[in-house]
Amino acid sequence: MGEEITLNITRYNPDKDGKYTTQRYSIPYKNDWSILDALNYVKAELDGSLTYRWSCRMAVCGSCGMMVNGTPRLTCSTYLNEFYPKEITIEPLANFPVIRDLVVDINDFMAKLKSAKPWIIRKNKRDEDDTSKEYLQTTGQMDKYYQQTLCINCTLCYAACPVYGLHPDFLGPAVIALGHRYNKDSRDEGKADRREVLASEHGVWKCTVVGDCTEVCPKHVDPSAAIQRTKVDSAINWFFSFLTGRK
Amino acid sequence: MCLLKKINALEPLWWSLFGAGGMVAAFLLPAHIFIQGIAIPLGWVSPDMFNYSSLIGIVGNPIVKIYLFFMIILPLYHAAHRIRLTLEDLRIEWLNHILPLIFYGGATGLTVVTLIVLIRI
Ligand code: SF4
Ligand code: FES
Repeated sequence: MGEEITLNITRYNPDKDGKYTTQRYSIPYKNDWSILDALNYVKAELDGSLTYRWSCRMAVCGSCGMMVNGTPRLTCSTYLNEFYPKEITIEPLANFPVIRDLVVDINDFMAKLKSAKPWIIRKNKRDEDDTSKEYLQTTGQMDKYYQQTLCINCTLCYAACPVYGLHPDFLGPAVIALGHRYNKDSRDEGKADRREVLASEHGVWKCTVVGDCTEVCPKHVDPSAAIQRTKVDSAINWFFSFLTGRK
Repeated sequence: MCLLKKINALEPLWWSLFGAGGMVAAFLLPAHIFIQGIAIPLGWVSPDMFNYSSLIGIVGNPIVKIYLFFMIILPLYHAAHRIRLTLEDLRIEWLNHILPLIFYGGATGLTVVTLIVLIRI
């Protein structure tokens, strides 16, 4: 028998008893296994009923987020060797309703994401359909929003955000960061459309600058900074419309 | 409740004052605390430069008054906003409804007091 490592995994099945329980599994320890590899081992060898999401195994799809020892992490790029020989606790992402075992319901996030219109908006709607038109951009213009394009919608930042935990209506880090991404795009003209959502009472003003979103983001999107910049933009706009009486 | 709605709708204003107050509290106040609170009492600078009659002369200058006004009131709004948000996070529902009133009202009241005192010097 080689080295072993213990996983404490949250189990939840609404069709059975609807109770949250923690199940312990001892599995072989492999230095190069990710947590996701370990879960796949459990499912293949020990307990086929274990339910969790994953797809790409390379930190691109954003579907394998879970709480690992209390911190939101992508399990495909978090390795057992970070914790060995200590036990590892794996729970579903915090702040979201659980569907089963380690799978959470992110419908709320998806609806909010859509409300922030994360796509290029042109004032002239014909521009949007006209594929022959080119919109050239300098490297400097691209630099203004590039960092936020790296978001993979993994929702780790929502699991880390205490404000989202307290106020489920809060738009949250990634949605604001993505709204900001399009606001800063030189090809976009939809800032005013997004403002009513981003600067609403559930938008940027709810953020109390805790900064945990930026800390846990696996893609270094820095949603916290994006939120603060959107606050500055919204405040300037607010003063401007206050002074000019423009809505 | 209508008044409360109006106060909440001014969030961009409170936040801007909060941000500006943070800058003042971080950069200007420490210098003042150092000079008035430490350097003068310990005699590091000659107390003659800071006696009543010379100070009152300095404070009487309109530009100094404007400076003092912002130096005093901005951190008030900074504190008001920060304490309000912290208390709101504690989720005492009935309290949450009156917090904006107490804190921004308090800061605004003290702003008026500051204004009156500075004008009367
Ligand atoms: S901002 Fe970062 S943590 Fe949040 S969803 Fe995007 S990639 Fe994930
Ligand atoms: S499996 Fe795609 S991000 Fe982890």
